[in-house]
Amino acid sequence: MLRALIAVMLTLSFFSLAHAQEASAPAPDRSATGGAQTLEDIMARQRGEPVDNAFRSGVTGNPDAGANLDAQLGTLGGASAPDQWRALRFGSADITASNNGPAATVLVQDGGMKWLQFREGPLSIYGGYLLLGTLVLLALFLLLRGRIRIDGEKTGRKVVRFKSIERFGHWLLAGSFILLGITGLVTLFGRKVLIPAFGHETFAFLAVGSKWIHNNVSWAFMLGLIMIFVMWVIHNLPDRTDINWILKGGGIFTKSHPPAKKFNAGQKLIFWSVIVLGGSISVSGLALLFPFEINMFAPTFAKLNSFGISGALGLGELRTTLAPHEEMQYAQLWHAIVSFVLMAIILAHIYIGTVGMEGAADAMTSGEVEEQWAREHHSIWAEEELAKAKQAPESATPAE
Amino acid sequence: MKTMYIAFAAIAVIAVGSNLILGQAGFSSQERAAGPAVRLDN
Repeated sequence: MLRALIAVMLTLSFFSLAHAQEASAPAPDRSATGGAQTLEDIMARQRGEPVDNAFRSGVTGNPDAGANLDAQLGTLGGASAPDQWRALRFGSADITASNNGPAATVLVQDGGMKWLQFREGPLSIYGGYLLLGTLVLLALFLLLRGRIRIDGEKTGRKVVRFKSIERFGHWLLAGSFILLGITGLVTLFGRKVLIPAFGHETFAFLAVGSKWIHNNVSWAFMLGLIMIFVMWVIHNLPDRTDINWILKGGGIFTKSHPPAKKFNAGQKLIFWSVIVLGGSISVSGLALLFPFEINMFAPTFAKLNSFGISGALGLGELRTTLAPHEEMQYAQLWHAIVSFVLMAIILAHIYIGTVGMEGAADAMTSGEVEEQWAREHHSIWAEEELAKAKQAPESATPAE
Repeated sequence: MKTMYIAFAAIAVIAVGSNLILGQAGFSSQERAAGPAVRLDN
Protein backbone atom coordinates (compact mmCIF):
# COMPACT_ATOMS: atom_id res chain seq x y z
CA MET A 1 0.00 0.00 0.00
CA LEU A 2 2.80 2.36 1.03
CA ARG A 3 4.78 1.41 -2.06
CA ALA A 4 1.75 2.18 -4.25
CA LEU A 5 1.38 5.55 -2.56
CA ILE A 6 5.06 6.39 -3.14
CA ALA A 7 4.70 5.38 -6.78
CA VAL A 8 1.69 7.69 -7.17
CA MET A 9 3.57 10.56 -5.49
CA LEU A 10 6.58 10.02 -7.75
CA THR A 11 4.39 9.96 -10.83
CA LEU A 12 2.65 13.14 -9.78
CA SER A 13 5.92 14.92 -9.05
CA PHE A 14 7.24 13.80 -12.45
CA PHE A 15 4.20 15.27 -14.15
CA SER A 16 4.47 18.54 -12.24
CA LEU A 17 8.16 18.75 -13.18
CA ALA A 18 7.38 18.08 -16.82
CA HIS A 19 4.66 20.70 -16.69
CA ALA A 20 7.03 23.24 -15.10
CA GLN A 21 9.61 22.57 -17.81
CA GLU A 22 6.99 22.99 -20.48
CA ALA A 23 5.78 26.25 -18.98
CA SER A 24 9.28 27.71 -18.74
CA ALA A 25 10.41 26.51 -22.20
CA PRO A 26 12.11 29.40 -24.01
CA ALA A 27 10.51 30.81 -27.15
CA PRO A 28 11.90 29.09 -30.28
CA ASP A 29 14.67 30.91 -32.06
CA ARG A 30 13.25 32.10 -35.38
CA SER A 31 16.08 34.48 -36.30
CA ALA A 32 17.11 32.26 -39.21
CA THR A 33 13.75 32.80 -40.90
CA GLY A 34 13.43 36.44 -39.96
CA GLY A 35 10.63 35.67 -37.50
CA ALA A 36 8.64 33.48 -39.88
CA GLN A 37 7.85 29.91 -38.94
CA THR A 38 10.72 27.47 -38.88
CA LEU A 39 11.05 23.87 -39.95
CA GLU A 40 10.68 22.91 -36.28
CA ASP A 41 7.31 24.76 -36.13
CA ILE A 42 6.08 22.86 -39.18
CA MET A 43 7.35 19.52 -37.84
CA ALA A 44 5.74 20.14 -34.45
CA ARG A 45 2.42 20.84 -36.16
CA GLN A 46 2.74 17.68 -38.23
CA ARG A 47 3.42 15.69 -35.06
CA GLY A 48 0.12 17.01 -33.76
CA GLU A 49 1.72 19.07 -31.00
CA PRO A 50 0.10 22.36 -29.99
CA VAL A 51 1.72 25.31 -31.80
CA ASP A 52 1.26 28.85 -30.57
CA ASN A 53 0.45 30.78 -33.74
CA ALA A 54 0.54 34.18 -32.02
CA PHE A 55 3.91 34.99 -33.64
CA ARG A 56 2.35 34.97 -37.10
CA SER A 57 -1.40 35.39 -36.74
CA GLY A 58 -1.00 39.13 -36.21
CA VAL A 59 1.59 39.62 -38.98
CA THR A 60 -0.89 40.68 -41.64
CA GLY A 61 0.88 43.77 -42.98
CA ASN A 62 0.71 47.39 -41.99
CA PRO A 63 -0.95 49.61 -44.63
CA ASP A 64 0.09 52.75 -42.71
CA ALA A 65 3.76 51.88 -43.04
CA GLY A 66 3.52 50.63 -46.61
CA ALA A 67 3.88 52.49 -49.87
CA ASN A 68 0.73 54.13 -51.20
CA LEU A 69 -1.36 52.19 -53.63
CA ASP A 70 -0.27 54.53 -56.45
CA ALA A 71 3.43 54.33 -55.52
CA GLN A 72 5.94 51.81 -56.78
CA LEU A 73 5.60 48.44 -55.00
CA GLY A 74 2.50 49.85 -53.36
CA THR A 75 -0.06 47.70 -55.14
CA LEU A 76 -0.97 45.73 -52.04
CA GLY A 77 -1.14 48.75 -49.75
CA GLY A 78 1.54 47.71 -47.30
CA ALA A 79 0.56 44.07 -47.06
CA SER A 80 2.57 41.41 -48.86
CA ALA A 81 0.91 38.38 -50.41
CA PRO A 82 2.00 36.21 -47.42
CA ASP A 83 0.58 38.90 -45.10
CA GLN A 84 -2.75 38.68 -46.91
CA TRP A 85 -2.77 34.89 -46.79
CA ARG A 86 -2.11 35.01 -43.06
CA ALA A 87 -5.04 37.41 -42.65
CA LEU A 88 -7.25 34.95 -44.55
CA ARG A 89 -5.85 32.01 -42.61
CA PHE A 90 -6.46 33.60 -39.19
CA GLY A 91 -9.79 35.20 -40.05
CA SER A 92 -8.76 38.87 -39.81
CA ALA A 93 -8.96 39.76 -43.53
CA ASP A 94 -11.51 42.37 -44.56
CA ILE A 95 -13.70 40.38 -46.94
CA THR A 96 -16.74 41.46 -48.87
CA ALA A 97 -18.98 38.76 -50.35
CA SER A 98 -22.16 38.94 -52.39
CA ASN A 99 -23.42 35.98 -50.35
CA ASN A 100 -25.19 37.30 -47.25
CA GLY A 101 -24.70 34.21 -45.12
CA PRO A 102 -22.76 34.70 -41.88
CA ALA A 103 -20.18 32.14 -42.92
CA ALA A 104 -19.50 33.73 -46.33
CA THR A 105 -16.65 35.95 -45.16
CA VAL A 106 -14.71 33.17 -43.44
CA LEU A 107 -12.57 31.68 -46.19
CA VAL A 108 -10.23 29.47 -44.16
CA GLN A 109 -11.60 27.73 -41.07
CA ASP A 110 -9.03 25.44 -39.52
CA GLY A 111 -11.33 24.33 -36.68
CA GLY A 112 -13.12 22.29 -39.35
CA MET A 113 -10.25 19.82 -39.52
CA LYS A 114 -10.47 19.04 -35.80
CA TRP A 115 -14.21 18.58 -36.17
CA LEU A 116 -13.82 16.26 -39.17
CA GLN A 117 -11.19 14.14 -37.39
CA PHE A 118 -13.18 13.92 -34.16
CA ARG A 119 -16.36 13.05 -36.05
CA GLU A 120 -14.68 10.31 -38.08
CA GLY A 121 -12.54 9.10 -35.18
CA PRO A 122 -13.51 9.09 -31.49
CA LEU A 123 -17.16 10.03 -32.04
CA SER A 124 -17.90 7.21 -34.47
CA ILE A 125 -15.67 4.65 -32.74
CA TYR A 126 -16.72 5.19 -29.13
CA GLY A 127 -20.33 5.88 -30.11
CA GLY A 128 -20.46 2.61 -32.05
CA TYR A 129 -18.83 0.70 -29.17
CA LEU A 130 -21.31 2.24 -26.73
CA LEU A 131 -24.30 0.93 -28.71
CA LEU A 132 -22.77 -2.48 -29.42
CA GLY A 133 -21.58 -2.78 -25.79
CA THR A 134 -25.08 -1.98 -24.54
CA LEU A 135 -26.56 -4.70 -26.79
CA VAL A 136 -23.98 -7.24 -25.55
CA LEU A 137 -24.66 -6.33 -21.90
CA LEU A 138 -28.41 -6.69 -22.42
CA ALA A 139 -27.92 -10.08 -24.09
CA LEU A 140 -25.70 -11.18 -21.17
CA PHE A 141 -28.30 -9.93 -18.71
CA LEU A 142 -31.00 -11.93 -20.46
CA LEU A 143 -28.78 -15.03 -20.38
CA LEU A 144 -27.86 -14.65 -16.70
CA ARG A 145 -31.07 -13.27 -15.19
CA GLY A 146 -33.57 -14.53 -17.71
CA ARG A 147 -36.91 -12.96 -18.39
CA ILE A 148 -38.54 -11.31 -15.38
CA ARG A 149 -41.75 -13.30 -15.05
CA ILE A 150 -44.97 -12.54 -13.21
CA ASP A 151 -44.30 -14.41 -9.95
CA GLY A 152 -47.83 -14.83 -8.59
CA GLU A 153 -50.94 -16.46 -10.03
CA LYS A 154 -52.40 -14.43 -12.90
CA THR A 155 -55.85 -13.09 -12.09
CA GLY A 156 -57.13 -12.58 -15.62
CA ARG A 157 -58.31 -9.14 -14.54
CA LYS A 158 -56.88 -6.02 -16.17
CA VAL A 159 -55.94 -2.62 -14.77
CA VAL A 160 -55.79 0.45 -17.03
CA ARG A 161 -52.17 1.62 -16.91
CA PHE A 162 -51.95 4.22 -19.69
CA LYS A 163 -54.77 6.15 -21.31
CA SER A 164 -54.96 6.48 -25.07
CA ILE A 165 -53.46 9.98 -25.12
CA GLU A 166 -50.51 8.83 -22.97
CA ARG A 167 -49.80 5.95 -25.34
CA PHE A 168 -50.13 8.29 -28.33
CA GLY A 169 -47.51 10.65 -26.84
CA HIS A 170 -45.22 7.73 -26.01
CA TRP A 171 -45.39 6.24 -29.50
CA LEU A 172 -45.05 9.64 -31.19
CA LEU A 173 -41.80 10.06 -29.24
CA ALA A 174 -40.67 6.45 -29.57
CA GLY A 175 -41.45 6.06 -33.30
CA SER A 176 -39.80 9.34 -34.19
CA PHE A 177 -36.77 8.59 -31.99
CA ILE A 178 -36.15 5.26 -33.71
CA LEU A 179 -36.42 6.91 -37.15
CA LEU A 180 -34.13 9.75 -36.05
CA GLY A 181 -31.66 7.31 -34.50
CA ILE A 182 -31.39 5.16 -37.62
CA THR A 183 -31.17 8.10 -40.05
CA GLY A 184 -28.68 9.84 -37.76
CA LEU A 185 -26.45 6.76 -37.73
CA VAL A 186 -26.75 6.49 -41.54
CA THR A 187 -25.56 10.10 -41.80
CA LEU A 188 -22.69 9.65 -39.34
CA PHE A 189 -21.38 6.36 -40.68
CA GLY A 190 -21.91 7.16 -44.38
CA ARG A 191 -18.37 7.88 -45.51
CA LYS A 192 -16.61 5.46 -43.19
CA VAL A 193 -18.89 2.42 -43.39
CA LEU A 194 -21.79 2.65 -45.83
CA ILE A 195 -19.98 3.98 -48.92
CA PRO A 196 -17.22 1.33 -48.71
CA ALA A 197 -19.89 -1.34 -48.12
CA PHE A 198 -22.64 -0.36 -50.57
CA GLY A 199 -21.07 2.17 -52.95
CA HIS A 200 -21.78 5.81 -53.70
CA GLU A 201 -25.01 5.30 -55.66
CA THR A 202 -26.77 3.41 -52.89
CA PHE A 203 -25.50 5.73 -50.20
CA ALA A 204 -26.59 8.83 -52.16
CA PHE A 205 -30.15 7.47 -52.15
CA LEU A 206 -29.92 6.60 -48.46
CA ALA A 207 -28.38 9.95 -47.54
CA VAL A 208 -31.05 12.03 -49.31
CA GLY A 209 -33.82 9.98 -47.70
CA SER A 210 -32.16 10.09 -44.29
CA LYS A 211 -31.78 13.85 -44.43
CA TRP A 212 -35.44 14.33 -45.38
CA ILE A 213 -36.64 12.01 -42.60
CA HIS A 214 -34.22 13.39 -39.99
CA ASN A 215 -35.10 17.05 -40.64
CA ASN A 216 -38.87 16.59 -40.83
CA VAL A 217 -39.54 13.83 -38.28
CA SER A 218 -37.65 15.91 -35.69
CA TRP A 219 -40.84 17.95 -35.14
CA ALA A 220 -42.82 14.86 -34.14
CA PHE A 221 -40.05 14.04 -31.64
CA MET A 222 -40.19 17.52 -30.11
CA LEU A 223 -44.00 17.41 -29.92
CA GLY A 224 -43.87 13.96 -28.30
CA LEU A 225 -41.26 15.19 -25.81
CA ILE A 226 -43.48 18.09 -24.75
CA MET A 227 -46.54 15.80 -24.46
CA ILE A 228 -44.67 13.25 -22.33
CA PHE A 229 -43.26 15.95 -20.08
CA VAL A 230 -46.64 17.58 -19.46
CA MET A 231 -48.48 14.28 -18.87
CA TRP A 232 -45.92 12.48 -16.72
CA VAL A 233 -43.78 15.04 -14.89
CA ILE A 234 -46.07 14.92 -11.82
CA HIS A 235 -45.58 11.15 -11.54
CA ASN A 236 -41.81 11.42 -11.95
CA LEU A 237 -40.93 13.75 -9.11
CA PRO A 238 -38.55 11.98 -6.73
CA ASP A 239 -39.99 10.76 -3.42
CA ARG A 240 -39.14 8.48 -0.48
CA THR A 241 -40.18 5.24 -2.20
CA ASP A 242 -37.37 5.81 -4.73
CA ILE A 243 -34.64 5.53 -2.06
CA ASN A 244 -35.89 2.13 -0.95
CA TRP A 245 -36.32 1.03 -4.58
CA ILE A 246 -32.75 2.05 -5.48
CA LEU A 247 -31.28 0.46 -2.31
CA LYS A 248 -32.90 -2.82 -3.32
CA GLY A 249 -31.68 -2.41 -6.93
CA GLY A 250 -35.28 -2.50 -8.08
CA GLY A 251 -35.38 -6.12 -6.98
CA ILE A 252 -33.82 -7.08 -10.32
CA PHE A 253 -31.13 -9.29 -8.79
CA THR A 254 -32.85 -10.33 -5.57
CA LYS A 255 -36.08 -11.27 -7.37
CA SER A 256 -38.03 -9.17 -4.89
CA HIS A 257 -40.51 -6.38 -5.62
CA PRO A 258 -39.84 -3.13 -3.75
CA PRO A 259 -43.02 -1.00 -3.53
CA ALA A 260 -43.47 1.61 -6.26
CA LYS A 261 -46.02 4.18 -7.36
CA LYS A 262 -47.02 4.72 -11.01
CA PHE A 263 -43.34 4.96 -11.96
CA ASN A 264 -40.49 3.33 -10.05
CA ALA A 265 -37.08 4.98 -9.57
CA GLY A 266 -35.67 3.22 -12.66
CA GLN A 267 -38.49 4.54 -14.83
CA LYS A 268 -38.01 8.00 -13.33
CA LEU A 269 -34.35 7.87 -14.36
CA ILE A 270 -35.43 6.95 -17.90
CA PHE A 271 -38.00 9.77 -17.89
CA TRP A 272 -35.52 12.44 -16.78
CA SER A 273 -32.87 11.12 -19.17
CA VAL A 274 -35.34 11.43 -22.03
CA ILE A 275 -36.43 14.93 -20.97
CA VAL A 276 -32.96 16.35 -20.27
CA LEU A 277 -31.00 14.59 -23.04
CA GLY A 278 -33.92 14.75 -25.50
CA GLY A 279 -34.32 18.46 -24.73
CA SER A 280 -30.63 19.05 -25.32
CA ILE A 281 -30.74 17.07 -28.57
CA SER A 282 -33.76 19.15 -29.65
CA VAL A 283 -32.00 22.48 -29.00
CA SER A 284 -28.79 21.47 -30.76
CA GLY A 285 -30.94 19.96 -33.52
CA LEU A 286 -32.78 23.25 -33.98
CA ALA A 287 -29.41 25.01 -34.22
CA LEU A 288 -28.52 22.60 -37.04
CA LEU A 289 -31.93 22.89 -38.75
CA PHE A 290 -31.57 26.66 -38.96
CA PRO A 291 -27.85 27.06 -39.69
CA PHE A 292 -26.10 30.06 -38.08
CA GLU A 293 -29.37 31.35 -36.53
CA ILE A 294 -28.93 29.85 -33.05
CA ASN A 295 -25.42 30.15 -31.63
CA MET A 296 -25.22 28.38 -28.29
CA PHE A 297 -21.61 27.45 -27.77
CA ALA A 298 -19.78 30.79 -27.49
CA PRO A 299 -22.16 31.97 -24.69
CA THR A 300 -21.97 28.53 -23.01
CA PHE A 301 -18.17 28.55 -23.13
CA ALA A 302 -18.15 32.08 -21.65
CA LYS A 303 -20.33 30.88 -18.76
CA LEU A 304 -18.15 27.79 -18.20
CA ASN A 305 -15.12 30.10 -18.07
CA SER A 306 -16.68 32.62 -15.70
CA PHE A 307 -17.93 29.95 -13.27
CA GLY A 308 -14.52 28.27 -13.32
CA ILE A 309 -16.01 24.99 -14.56
CA SER A 310 -13.73 24.72 -17.60
CA GLY A 311 -10.69 25.28 -15.38
CA ALA A 312 -11.85 22.68 -12.86
CA LEU A 313 -12.30 20.16 -15.70
CA GLY A 314 -8.75 20.86 -16.90
CA LEU A 315 -9.95 22.37 -20.18
CA GLY A 316 -8.32 25.75 -19.52
CA GLU A 317 -9.85 28.93 -20.86
CA LEU A 318 -12.36 28.00 -23.58
CA ARG A 319 -12.52 30.20 -26.68
CA THR A 320 -15.48 32.54 -26.68
CA THR A 321 -15.01 33.83 -30.22
CA LEU A 322 -16.06 31.09 -32.59
CA ALA A 323 -16.33 31.14 -36.37
CA PRO A 324 -19.95 30.62 -37.52
CA HIS A 325 -18.94 27.19 -38.81
CA GLU A 326 -17.50 26.26 -35.44
CA GLU A 327 -20.83 26.91 -33.75
CA MET A 328 -22.38 24.42 -36.19
CA GLN A 329 -19.55 21.92 -35.71
CA TYR A 330 -19.87 21.98 -31.93
CA ALA A 331 -23.67 21.71 -32.27
CA GLN A 332 -23.24 18.65 -34.49
CA LEU A 333 -20.80 16.96 -32.09
CA TRP A 334 -22.94 17.69 -29.04
CA HIS A 335 -26.07 16.53 -30.91
CA ALA A 336 -24.37 13.22 -31.77
CA ILE A 337 -22.69 12.60 -28.38
CA VAL A 338 -25.90 13.19 -26.40
CA SER A 339 -27.86 11.12 -28.94
CA PHE A 340 -25.50 8.16 -28.52
CA VAL A 341 -25.99 8.28 -24.74
CA LEU A 342 -29.77 8.49 -25.10
CA MET A 343 -29.81 5.67 -27.69
CA ALA A 344 -27.93 3.41 -25.26
CA ILE A 345 -30.40 4.25 -22.48
CA ILE A 346 -33.37 3.67 -24.78
CA LEU A 347 -32.01 0.27 -25.90
CA ALA A 348 -32.17 -0.78 -22.23
CA HIS A 349 -35.67 0.71 -21.98
CA ILE A 350 -36.86 -1.20 -25.06
CA TYR A 351 -35.32 -4.39 -23.66
CA ILE A 352 -37.05 -4.20 -20.28
CA GLY A 353 -40.35 -3.18 -21.89
CA THR A 354 -40.40 -6.16 -24.28
CA VAL A 355 -38.30 -9.32 -23.95
CA GLY A 356 -36.92 -8.44 -20.51
CA MET A 357 -40.18 -8.47 -18.56
CA GLU A 358 -43.35 -10.49 -18.92
CA GLY A 359 -46.47 -8.33 -19.06
CA ALA A 360 -44.67 -4.98 -19.44
CA ALA A 361 -45.41 -4.40 -23.13
CA ASP A 362 -49.18 -4.55 -22.52
CA ALA A 363 -48.94 -1.20 -20.74
CA MET A 364 -48.05 0.53 -24.00
CA THR A 365 -49.87 -1.65 -26.54
CA SER A 366 -53.37 -2.23 -25.15
CA GLY A 367 -52.87 0.14 -22.21
CA GLU A 368 -54.15 -2.51 -19.78
CA VAL A 369 -51.91 -4.68 -17.61
CA GLU A 370 -52.51 -7.90 -15.70
CA GLU A 371 -53.60 -7.08 -12.13
CA GLN A 372 -50.95 -9.38 -10.67
CA TRP A 373 -48.22 -7.62 -12.70
CA ALA A 374 -49.42 -4.28 -11.37
CA ARG A 375 -49.42 -5.58 -7.77
CA GLU A 376 -45.87 -6.90 -8.14
CA HIS A 377 -44.19 -4.03 -9.99
CA HIS A 378 -46.19 -0.98 -8.91
CA SER A 379 -47.82 -2.07 -5.67
CA ILE A 380 -48.70 1.39 -4.30
CA TRP A 381 -50.15 2.52 -7.64
CA ALA A 382 -52.04 -0.77 -8.07
CA GLU A 383 -53.64 -0.47 -4.61
CA GLU A 384 -54.76 3.09 -5.43
CA GLU A 385 -56.20 2.08 -8.81
CA LEU A 386 -58.02 -0.94 -7.40
CA ALA A 387 -59.44 1.13 -4.53
CA LYS A 388 -60.62 3.73 -7.06
CA ALA A 389 -62.27 1.01 -9.15
CA LYS A 390 -64.05 -0.34 -6.06
CA GLN A 391 -65.33 3.10 -5.11
CA ALA A 392 -66.37 4.03 -8.62
CA PRO A 393 -69.70 2.13 -8.71
CA GLU A 394 -70.69 3.55 -5.31
CA SER A 395 -69.98 7.14 -6.26
CA ALA A 396 -71.71 6.57 -9.60
CA THR A 397 -74.96 5.82 -7.73
CA PRO A 398 -77.13 8.95 -7.87
CA ALA A 399 -77.72 10.61 -4.51
CA GLU A 400 -81.27 10.22 -3.22
CA MET B 1 -52.22 -1.26 -30.62
CA LYS B 2 -54.53 1.10 -32.52
CA THR B 3 -53.12 4.12 -30.68
CA MET B 4 -49.61 3.08 -31.63
CA TYR B 5 -50.49 2.96 -35.33
CA ILE B 6 -52.28 6.32 -35.08
CA ALA B 7 -49.13 7.81 -33.52
CA PHE B 8 -46.99 6.37 -36.32
CA ALA B 9 -49.38 7.84 -38.88
CA ALA B 10 -49.15 11.18 -37.04
CA ILE B 11 -45.35 11.08 -37.41
CA ALA B 12 -45.75 10.75 -41.19
CA VAL B 13 -48.33 13.56 -41.33
CA ILE B 14 -46.15 15.87 -39.19
CA ALA B 15 -43.10 15.12 -41.34
CA VAL B 16 -44.88 15.89 -44.63
CA GLY B 17 -46.54 18.95 -43.08
CA SER B 18 -43.32 20.36 -41.66
CA ASN B 19 -41.60 19.82 -45.00
CA LEU B 20 -44.28 21.94 -46.70
CA ILE B 21 -44.27 24.64 -44.01
CA LEU B 22 -40.48 24.90 -43.60
CA GLY B 23 -40.05 25.30 -47.35
CA GLN B 24 -42.07 28.49 -47.15
CA ALA B 25 -40.79 29.76 -43.79
CA GLY B 26 -38.01 31.81 -45.35
CA PHE B 27 -35.13 29.87 -43.84
CA SER B 28 -33.79 28.12 -46.94
CA SER B 29 -30.09 28.70 -47.63
CA GLN B 30 -31.11 30.49 -50.82
CA GLU B 31 -33.31 32.97 -48.98
CA ARG B 32 -30.93 33.47 -46.04
CA ALA B 33 -27.68 33.72 -47.93
CA ALA B 34 -28.15 34.87 -51.53
CA GLY B 35 -28.16 38.60 -52.26
CA PRO B 36 -30.68 40.31 -54.55
CA ALA B 37 -28.23 40.11 -57.46
CA VAL B 38 -28.24 36.31 -57.32
CA ARG B 39 -30.77 34.45 -59.47
CA LEU B 40 -30.63 30.83 -58.43
CA ASP B 41 -34.03 29.91 -59.85
CA ASN B 42 -33.40 31.18 -63.37
